[in-house]
Amino acid sequence: MTTPPAVTNAFSGRGSGHLDRLRGASPGLVLAWLVIALVVLWAAAPALFTEYSATVGVPAEKLRPPSPDHLLGTDALGRDLFARIVHGSVHSLSGALVAVAIGLVAGTMLGLVAGSIGGLVDDTLMRIVDVLLAVPALLLSLSIIILTGFGTINAAVAVGAASVAGFARLVRADVIRVRRSEYVEAAFGSGGTYAAVLWRHVLPNSLTSAFAFAALQFGSAILSISTLGFLGYGAPPPTPEWGLLIAEGRNYISSAWWLTAAPGLVVVAVVLSANRISRAVGRSTP
Amino acid sequence: MSGTPLLSIRDLSVSYREKDDWSRVVHGVSLDVHRGEVVALVGESGSGKTTTAQSVIGLLPGNGRIDQGEIRLDGTDISRWPSRRLDAIRGARISLIPQDPGSALNPIRTIGAQVGEILKIHGWRDKKAIASRVVELLARVGLTEPELRARQYPHELSGGMKQRVLIAIAVALQPELIVADEPTSGLDVTVQRRILDLIDELRLEFGTSVLLVTHDLGVAADRAGRLVVMQGGRIQEEGPTAALIAAPRSAYARRLLADAPSLDMTVRRQPRPEPIRERDEADDFAVIVEDLTHDFPLADGGTFRAVDGISFRLRRGTTHALVGESGSGKTTTIRSIVGFEKPTAGRILVDGTDIAALHRADLRRFRRKIQLVYQNPFASLDPRQNVFEIIEEPLLNFDKREKDERRRSVESLLDRVGLSRTLLGRAPHALSGGQRQRVAIARALVLEPQVLVLDEAVSALDVTVQAQVLKLLDELQRDLGLTYLFVSHDLAVVRQIADSVSVLHRGRQVESGPVEQIFHAPTSSYTRDLLAAIPGRTGVERARTLSPGSDR
Repeated sequence: MTTPPAVTNAFSGRGSGHLDRLRGASPGLVLAWLVIALVVLWAAAPALFTEYSATVGVPAEKLRPPSPDHLLGTDALGRDLFARIVHGSVHSLSGALVAVAIGLVAGTMLGLVAGSIGGLVDDTLMRIVDVLLAVPALLLSLSIIILTGFGTINAAVAVGAASVAGFARLVRADVIRVRRSEYVEAAFGSGGTYAAVLWRHVLPNSLTSAFAFAALQFGSAILSISTLGFLGYGAPPPTPEWGLLIAEGRNYISSAWWLTAAPGLVVVAVVLSANRISRAVGRSTP
Repeated sequence: MSGTPLLSIRDLSVSYREKDDWSRVVHGVSLDVHRGEVVALVGESGSGKTTTAQSVIGLLPGNGRIDQGEIRLDGTDISRWPSRRLDAIRGARISLIPQDPGSALNPIRTIGAQVGEILKIHGWRDKKAIASRVVELLARVGLTEPELRARQYPHELSGGMKQRVLIAIAVALQPELIVADEPTSGLDVTVQRRILDLIDELRLEFGTSVLLVTHDLGVAADRAGRLVVMQGGRIQEEGPTAALIAAPRSAYARRLLADAPSLDMTVRRQPRPEPIRERDEADDFAVIVEDLTHDFPLADGGTFRAVDGISFRLRRGTTHALVGESGSGKTTTIRSIVGFEKPTAGRILVDGTDIAALHRADLRRFRRKIQLVYQNPFASLDPRQNVFEIIEEPLLNFDKREKDERRRSVESLLDRVGLSRTLLGRAPHALSGGQRQRVAIARALVLEPQVLVLDEAVSALDVTVQAQVLKLLDELQRDLGLTYLFVSHDLAVVRQIADSVSVLHRGRQVESGPVEQIFHAPTSSYTRDLLAAIPGRTGVERARTLSPGSDR
């Protein structure tokens, strides 16, 4: 019967909460935030970090090793690698955002329809989802790109489409739970139309886990987009996309290993940071 | 009674940690339980009664700690003992009957394994001996076919049967003290009575003492020799049951007694005006139910008749109560009346409209006339809406009104149900149970319905809050001329609010009539059983034989 007075005190400490949380946060989490902040800044204002162009090289200065002039050296066409990584961040980030948004929106719609209508519609949609989940995500993305053609946006759409099934499954489970709750019945009882009740009650209460999943998907979307870029299914050259940078550097791996290692490490750092942050976010929101 | 008390709590204070702050919930509580005695710890939720009981058996939640005080078991202070050391006495000398039989048993182990576990923990090794003792115990707590029960899983048993299993576990080693934490709160009244009888019987047989934690003063009055009334973590009053009930000294105990429906045999409610016309006309009734029958399909292809030919009429401006235990068909009946279920046979007229004939759009418009208030205000309010949005929502479903106008209706309704306007922006989780139920009532009233269906609408509330909500419902009915269909398992509450009653049992209506008639001259044996099971009657009668203030 007696509940510990959890609610009253949870609110009193809000003011100093942010500082407290920062002090209590693990160094890994702080580092993860710094990495993501840096990459976002690269994407937003690349000119602040490098004066070189990402696409126009100086042929005379090709394949230079790292030096104060060129932090990470230059590639075979004399383009500054650091500049290419900085300028490339916008492709990876926007691609990942588009991919996650597509997965979230389309998956939520499917899950909502399946969970709320139920019956034959639910069965049909969920069997399709089963099939989608059975095909490896990369294979699915590749098939979609082959159908739609190469390009940054197409790659993002392909990665997003591969994650629709996961989102749909997750949202459907929540919709079915919320759909049975008393407040949804009460909303119908007070004269709500089907669409109004779905919009006001079922959807907002079903999205919690989908949002947590979206945060986790962000990191893997960056990885998938880089993978597609590496395989040549993403942005065409001379776009400085990270996966493409790794692929291009591969030819010089014996003489200029940093051309593959640097963009590769950047991808690893960003993906790990995104995962670390989404895990922390997922833990703090019950 | 003399000698060392079996359990002696002295000046006990308990705190819970919240982030870095410790907040104290039990303040200097002292009480004694003598051998063979039943002491009831009575209070509302948040009074610290469960915390006190948990500290006795060393089962405080992880964020709780005993600040000071002593808990002496037979003279030995056990309050500072580590958990490992307590293991030796838990189950053997002190045992617990937990609150919720639904969640206290492990769903993936058989009943027999769970009863046998306590024997194994305390050193029984012989499997055959354990098995035979388990069957013996299950038989002792009144379970039929104990060998079969031992092989069954918890989900195959009813709530009352599960509680019997938990009692079997508690008495397995014949402990000296049983801590019973709300042992019957989720059960039907007749089941409740049988369970409490069983605890009484076992107590007499083994000479066990019982510390009974309950919010129900009626239960406490019937079963305990002494009452300890707690509020806000402090003891307000304690004394022999009969004397305390006859003449409570503290203001809080007086209020608790006045609010407890089962102890209050006087009806304070003004009767509704009698109809002016001599003969009834169809228009006098807001709801007419004729021969309602509802079948549910079963997995094996057959059907289960949940409601079997129920008929009653609900006169405008009055309250009709449907009374029955779980499985009596009362929930199915009201779900048909508000249009959530289509009955298999029979007719329901609400304000002259046959709702079975309505189709989707018409049914939606019809809902303005009849609104449902749910039992559990923690589940019936959307956790993501605030109070204003919750009450406003039904208005959005019908004719479009201006935002200002909607705000005015919500605010005036909030005043009507006795809530402060400062609560408008609050989310449901920041409200108390009583406040939530008021919000739910406001939401039901905002469409100005003629009929309000109240599904166990006060069962989840503390007695004092329950009394307040019942008073509110009474005022609303008088001021707005509302008609209520009041569904409850609690006859004591029904007596306070209803004009007429239908008693349901296994889908059939066993009795129907004016409330006084049902209470004073029940014709069916089932109604008599129900009436006898109302807790608090024997306690009150015992108290009445005492003149106020006299000692035992």
